[in-house]
Amino acid sequence: MTRTIPFIIGFLLVVAPFSTPQYPLHLLIMILIWSLVYTAWSLMGRFGLVSLGHGAFMSIGAYVTALLWNYSGISPWIGIPAAMITAAIMAFLVAYPCFQFKIVGHYFALVTLALSEVVKLVIIASRDHTGGSLGFTPNREGDGTSFYALQFADKETFYFVVLGAWVLGLVIWRLVDKSMMRYALDSISEDEDASAAAGIHVTGSKLKITMLSAVLTALGGALYCQYQMFIGPEVIGGIGISLQIVFAVVVGGLYTMMGPTIGAIITLLMTEIFRNWITSLRTEGIDLAGLDTSIYGLMLILFIIFLPKGVLGELIDRLAGGRQKDTS
Amino acid sequence: MLDLKGVNAGYGSFQALFDISLNVKAGEAVAVIGPNGAGKTTLMRVISGMTEPFSGEMEMEGKSLSSFPPHQIVELGIAHVPENRRLFPGMSVEDNLKLGAFAKTARSDSAKNLEFVYELFPRMKERRSQLAGTMSGGEQQMCAIGRAIMSGPKLLLMDEPSAGLAPVVVQQVFSLVRRIREEGYTVLIVEQNVQQVLQVVDRAYLLEAGQLIDSGKSKDLLESDSVRKAYMGL
Ligand SMILES: Nc1ncnc2c1ncn2[C@@H]1O[C@H](COP(=O)(O)OP(=O)(O)O)[C@@H](O)[C@H]1O
Ligand SMILES: [Mg+2]
Repeated sequence: MTRTIPFIIGFLLVVAPFSTPQYPLHLLIMILIWSLVYTAWSLMGRFGLVSLGHGAFMSIGAYVTALLWNYSGISPWIGIPAAMITAAIMAFLVAYPCFQFKIVGHYFALVTLALSEVVKLVIIASRDHTGGSLGFTPNREGDGTSFYALQFADKETFYFVVLGAWVLGLVIWRLVDKSMMRYALDSISEDEDASAAAGIHVTGSKLKITMLSAVLTALGGALYCQYQMFIGPEVIGGIGISLQIVFAVVVGGLYTMMGPTIGAIITLLMTEIFRNWITSLRTEGIDLAGLDTSIYGLMLILFIIFLPKGVLGELIDRLAGGRQKDTS
Repeated sequence: MLDLKGVNAGYGSFQALFDISLNVKAGEAVAVIGPNGAGKTTLMRVISGMTEPFSGEMEMEGKSLSSFPPHQIVELGIAHVPENRRLFPGMSVEDNLKLGAFAKTARSDSAKNLEFVYELFPRMKERRSQLAGTMSGGEQQMCAIGRAIMSGPKLLLMDEPSAGLAPVVVQQVFSLVRRIREEGYTVLIVEQNVQQVLQVVDRAYLLEAGQLIDSGKSKDLLESDSVRKAYMGL
């Protein structure tokens, strides 16, 4: 029974775009893009490498792709890999000194937080090319659908692009989970010195996972850009987005493959519901602008206190606990 | 096998080791004895690459160690059993052992070495799926030594393996050390438990306030008046 569930979900995901109205399909696409980003973050987050700088990698993914397209006419098929490499280099430049000088825990989080602000400020400062705070729109190719430009006027095609990227993210999560590197990183998160004594290349292992995480996040940023055809320094970067990434993963569950995806579903639906609710109140003359973010923040705090393993982690624990009781 | 010449080391501006020169020959067991704070742990960390020395030379089988990071020093055949064992308490005994074979040079022999460790310490085989943190102190020490052996080393560095253990267990730990010796490993051990450690090693150095003040054969040191007075309270 439980074995058939993934197949049923897989089938539903494949047929979804042909039977879903535009608005839910849009939500589905956004969920898949953010799930990819959250999964990418959890690749390193699950090993205690808490980055508050992933907004920077998303921005790099989006802006490098879009700038190469608008100014040099370079197709996103080349631009996206270039953006991913740029994110890897940026991750290396920031993480290598941190790991070499044993900057860990809160201090590492603070350094990465600074990174997300620096990248945002650079984008704003280069407004002549990036549009600054006003945002940036990739040039449309022809009538809006072009394989070469990775632009699709219909949501259905784009849905399959992001579905593929999301599956890729999960496959990478699974490969890491089954690899020797996971052993190494688990032990590093328990005790760096003892891991070094056991012959584990501590700095190297942490660098590898950080760069992998950054690269996948950049892919998420680039796809966001190609889909929305609009990006802004605060829309896909800065502290706001960096924190959103951490919160969503914590809500969904940090230590399970589907946790970040569940986190994306919960947080996106929550924001949508609040937004619609507040919009409808406004038509009745009640202005509660900003209330949505407050409630959202409050709920997240409650999640962190009462469900630290996230919704999926808690569910799995409960089910496993129940099963153990059955057999005893 | 291991040669240190004029090694100075410490933390930041604080110097913990002054002009240390010592050697360990293949097949030997050598102890470095000293009170708390003498610099014993620092010495072990310098040899295994976890703390960078200020100056001095270190060689393993003629190869300079100075520029190597810890994981490469493991590949050169030096395994470190750290102070306080430092197991991964949330992992099973077997996972702890397998992590010891993480070095590139050790991976292909991992299964063979695991068999060897289980043969050497049958207790570990019984406990293979238990969480390492839930074992007794003596068993944890066994696991820590086993983890070091998993890297297929020539030289074992042991940092106070008897610290914090009950007297009966201390006896067992030193018989483990003796077992290790009989298997042909070269051992450099630091200890405060002078009486006991001198029973299992060939030679010893005395370390005080970061300086080596004396050295000699175990037998002679055991009989030396100054050692008996200073370290054994006799
Ligand atoms: N991480 C550290 N930072 C600063 N000083 C240290 C550190 N570790 C040890 N020391 C100091 O170095 C000296 C030697 O310590 P250590 O090598 O741990 O001695 P032992 O192992 O013989 O007890 C002590 O004075 C200790 O306070
Ligand atoms: Mg010590």
